[in-house]
Order: sequence, then structure tokens, then C-alpha cells
Amino acid sequence: MADKPESAAPAIDAAGITAAPPHHSEWRRIARVYFSRKLYLIGFILVVLIFVVAIFAPLLTPYNPIKTDLTSIVREPSAAHWLGTDQLGRDILCRIIYGTRTSLLIGFSAVFSSAAIGMLMGLTAAHFGGWVFALIMRITDALMALPGIILVLLIAGLVGGGIGVVIFALGFGGIAGMCRMMCGLALSVKQNDYVMAGRSIGMSNWRIMLTQIFPNAFPPLMVGITMGIGGVVLGEAGLSFLGIGVEAPTPSWGGMVFDGQPYLLDNPLLSLAPGVAIMILVFGFNMVGDGIRDAVDPRLRGVL
Amino acid sequence: MSLILDVQNLKTYFHTDYGLVKAADGVSFQVNQGEIIGLVGESGCGKSVTILSVMQLIPIPPGRIVAGTVLFQGQDILKYEPNGAQMRAIRGAKMTMIFQEPMTSLNPVLTIARQITEILELHLDMDKLAARERAIELLKMVGVPDAERRIDDYPHQFSGGMRQRVMIAMAIACNPEIIFADEPTTAVDVTTQAQLLELMLDLVRRINTSLVIVTHNLGVVARYAQRIYVMYAGRIVESGPSEEIFGHPQHPYTIGLLHSVPKLGEKHGTKKLVPILGLPPNLINMPATCAFMPRCEHRIARCQQEPWPELRQVGDQHYISCYVDIRGK
Repeated sequence: MADKPESAAPAIDAAGITAAPPHHSEWRRIARVYFSRKLYLIGFILVVLIFVVAIFAPLLTPYNPIKTDLTSIVREPSAAHWLGTDQLGRDILCRIIYGTRTSLLIGFSAVFSSAAIGMLMGLTAAHFGGWVFALIMRITDALMALPGIILVLLIAGLVGGGIGVVIFALGFGGIAGMCRMMCGLALSVKQNDYVMAGRSIGMSNWRIMLTQIFPNAFPPLMVGITMGIGGVVLGEAGLSFLGIGVEAPTPSWGGMVFDGQPYLLDNPLLSLAPGVAIMILVFGFNMVGDGIRDAVDPRLRGVL
Repeated sequence: MSLILDVQNLKTYFHTDYGLVKAADGVSFQVNQGEIIGLVGESGCGKSVTILSVMQLIPIPPGRIVAGTVLFQGQDILKYEPNGAQMRAIRGAKMTMIFQEPMTSLNPVLTIARQITEILELHLDMDKLAARERAIELLKMVGVPDAERRIDDYPHQFSGGMRQRVMIAMAIACNPEIIFADEPTTAVDVTTQAQLLELMLDLVRRINTSLVIVTHNLGVVARYAQRIYVMYAGRIVESGPSEEIFGHPQHPYTIGLLHSVPKLGEKHGTKKLVPILGLPPNLINMPATCAFMPRCEHRIARCQQEPWPELRQVGDQHYISCYVDIRGK
């Protein structure tokens, strides 16, 4: 950032000496930085594709993801079934396509709810300090001490499986991490002069938290949130394996990976195909997260 | 001239792992309406703590305001909750502050427009459009060129000096009664310093507000301040009208400070600068005697036996905290 020579008066208007640098719309600038990186562009395209697939699933496949066909189980790929069929004769491609809906639903609801609650807790703890900090951090410690899987087993044992429980369990498990991250970032942001400056102009605690601390602490968390979506999709796979994930006929990538396990040697596509789908989704969201962070963080402006 | 701010016996202590730090230890000062005051002292003498205490911006803990009154327009504002509605209504509206570091005092993720209009909406209840108009007007007042367009920029698109102008614009936004400028020009280069000081002085006169300049730079206050308070180790050691302080300094510390500043017009090499020997004291667990005594050339036996002297009058509005009568020597 080169300091421009300080000319007090806007008097020198000849030859555009004082003309401000060409003005860009902030959104256009963010988009330009984001899309100038190929990897982020690929990530963006992947995420858009995943959404398109989820929304238009019925148009993309002639099959029904739930209907079983016991006359054609565990088939090799063919013209009719591009990725073959599973142990109940269902088209794998079709189940992957419908599974996108399950993954996005679980990923987004779990991550957004845990992020919202966790960030609010972390922000509050960091801003107020003292006993508020101690209390919230001890709650976080307690949450972290609960092993996620056992917690989910407990909940599932009490109320049964299903998408709702998976979202709740995975979201609940994410709160502590979000709270910790937010708290750490907020504590360092809080040291900045502009937080004191905000106080000095009479801002209330809430206003300081929301306008001074939160927007400055948020960009690095964006990566955590997008990665969290991938993590939750993986977590859901693990839960499905344990039989407390998404209920049986609903297509879910995680469930498919584990359903295909017995046939790994005969027909690896059964597990491999949904596995690749998970990988693509996680990769796509991670790239988008990184890209958004780079693009919106004003401290990185001009560096990239 | 009416009294705007009357600070009496302000004591702000910090509890650290190493002991008690008396950062401000019985500071008293007064500011009249429209007056420009200089608060001078070396780093760590408690200048910033003093004004942060007045505005109740001291982080608690580790800090604590243990004693004193701060009468602002007749009201003891130390009685208000530090973050309560009453104090917030004063901060930013009637009492504002310009910080030392223009590079870090603006929120980097909000546009300049957002940050200025925030104050206007907060205190003057302006609607968005009116606030924006006023913000542009303010930027023009502080000499930001092309204000209509620059207002939508982010702080990183401004240079240090320009950011400090924005800070000044924010400080005068609500026509405050008093502005505290905490080392407002320390972080910018010398030519910009002069411009900013002239600008501040001009604005302060225009809106008839009081200004307290906190600085370690005697040159800054010499030109602008009407009265000067010299601080050392958490106390005011000398106070008086600017001409008195610079013309007839009475406290050994002030004298030492003035000797250590090079003067224009003196032939190079004819006179050596005389530094004050020694280092400023560690403020942790200080003895009760005069804190400057170990460095003082004029110390007498009494200084080592008796506690730090109270301020005594030595001239018209001129006070020092010293047992020694240097003029008599």
C-alpha cells in the first residue's frame, strides 16, 4: 500500500491529478478476485453442479432411487445402468443423484445451525471476558469431552434414527469447535484499535460485537464452515454405517459406500462411485470456502 | 469561559502479575470551553490512561478507577456505568477521541461511509440519506479530496494521513464539547503532522469545541495549546499557561524536557543537547517519594524524606509539584 503524497486541498484538478482511482463496485471486485483463480472457479462450478443435480434430480434419471428390482442385482455398468446396480437392483447413478439432496440437506442444516450457535457463543465469550468467558468455555469443554459417536448413539437410542437426528447430532458436535474458533479469532480481533474506537463513539456491546468484531473474525471461519459441510457429509456416512444414520431406503452417499462394502472385490463401483461423489462435494466446498475468504477479506486485498 | 471538564484526583490503578501499577495517581485538570490543552509526558507516564479513564474506556479488569471525580458539564460521569446508556450517549457525541494509530483505528471491513454514518445515526438519529450527506460534508471539511466518491472506499484505500482525517471527521461529526486527541500525529510523517494539526486547530475553532492534545512531543503543543499539563509517573508535575511553561519552567522535569529539545536558530554545534539522565521509573510498587527524584539534578534532602509534594502555585495559574525553588537558586 503505497502512501500517496498528502495534498490537503483538492485544488489541483488539472490533468486528473486528484481524480480518485477508478471506482469499482465491491461485488464486481470480489467476483473478479474469486474467478481469477482457476481452482476456485472449478470449485464454484462443482458446487453449482451439485446444486443443479439436487434440484433437478427427477429430470436427470429415469429410475426411482427407492424401488428395488431383485431381477438385476449387483450389475456391471451397462447402457441402461451407467454405473451398474446395487444389491437390491437399484440404479447406482440414480441413487447418487438423489443422494445429493440428502447430503446437502444434512450438510447445510447441521453446519449452519452449529455455526450460528457456536459463533454466537464464541463471540459472547470473547467480548465480555471474565466469568462469561469462563462459563462458556467450560460448557465448550464439556461438549468436547462427549465423544460424538457415543452422543449420537445415545440420542438415536432414545429417539431413533432419521435425518432429523443426524442433523441434530452432527450439528451439536460442531458447536464446540465453532465456538472455540470464533472465540480465538474474536479475542485477537478485539485487541484492535477500531474496537476501542467503536467504544469511544458510544457503540453498545451488541453493536461492537456485530459490526466491529464479527465481520473481522468471520472470513477465516468461512473456510471452517465450508469444510464443515464436507465433514458432516462424511460424518453422516459413518452414522449410516452404524445403522443410525439416514433410514434405509432414502439414498445417502455414506450409506451406499458401506452398503457396497461386501462387494468391494466383485464390483468396487458400488462403494467407489458414491465415495467419489463425496470427494467431489468436499473438494468443491473447500475450494469455494478458500476462494470466498481470499476474495472478501480486505486485508488480503491487493496481495492476491 | 465556562468550565467544561473538571477532573479531580483521578486515580486509575492496574493490577498486574507483578504488582500494583498506579498509572494515574491523583491527576487533576480542568478544561474550559473552546480551550486547547496539552497533556505532555514521556511514554508510559499515564497520559493515555488519564483520558481513557475520563471516557471510561479503561479495560476492567485489569484496570480500575479507584478514586476521583470527573465533572463533565457539572455531572460526575464516573458515576455512570462504563457501558451504560448514559455514558454511551456522551461518548461519540459530546466527548470524542482521536486515536494514535490511523492505520488500525478504522474498521477494515466497513466502508468509510458506514463508519461515519454510524455515529450520526447513533447519536443524531439521522436517516440514512441525511447521514450520508452529512458524512460527505464532513469529509470535505477535513480536506478529503473527491469526497463523494471516496466515501464508499474502504480504509485500506486511504493513506495514513487521509485515515487520520477520517478519524477527525468522525470526532467532530456530532459537534462535541470536547475532543481528546491521543498522540494524533505520532504515526504520520512530519509534513502531514503539521497539516493535521492546522486542520484540527481550524475545526476546533470553527465548532468552538475544547481540545485536549496528548503528546510526548513538546513541539506539537508549543504552537497550539493555551495551557499545558506536564505529567510524570502518573502525576501532574507542572501546569500552567503555555508561555509560562515554555518561558519560565519551574519543575526540574519540565526544564530537563525543554533542554533536551533542539532549537531552531541555534548555530549547529554551539550548544549540546542535555538529556535527562536515567530512565523513567518502573510504575510497579513505587515509593511514596517524588518519582523524579532519582534523576533530578536539583534534589535536596527533603525530597528523600518526605512524600511527593502537592501542587503549589508559583505564578499566575502556574503550579508545580516540587520542594525546590529553582528560580531562587
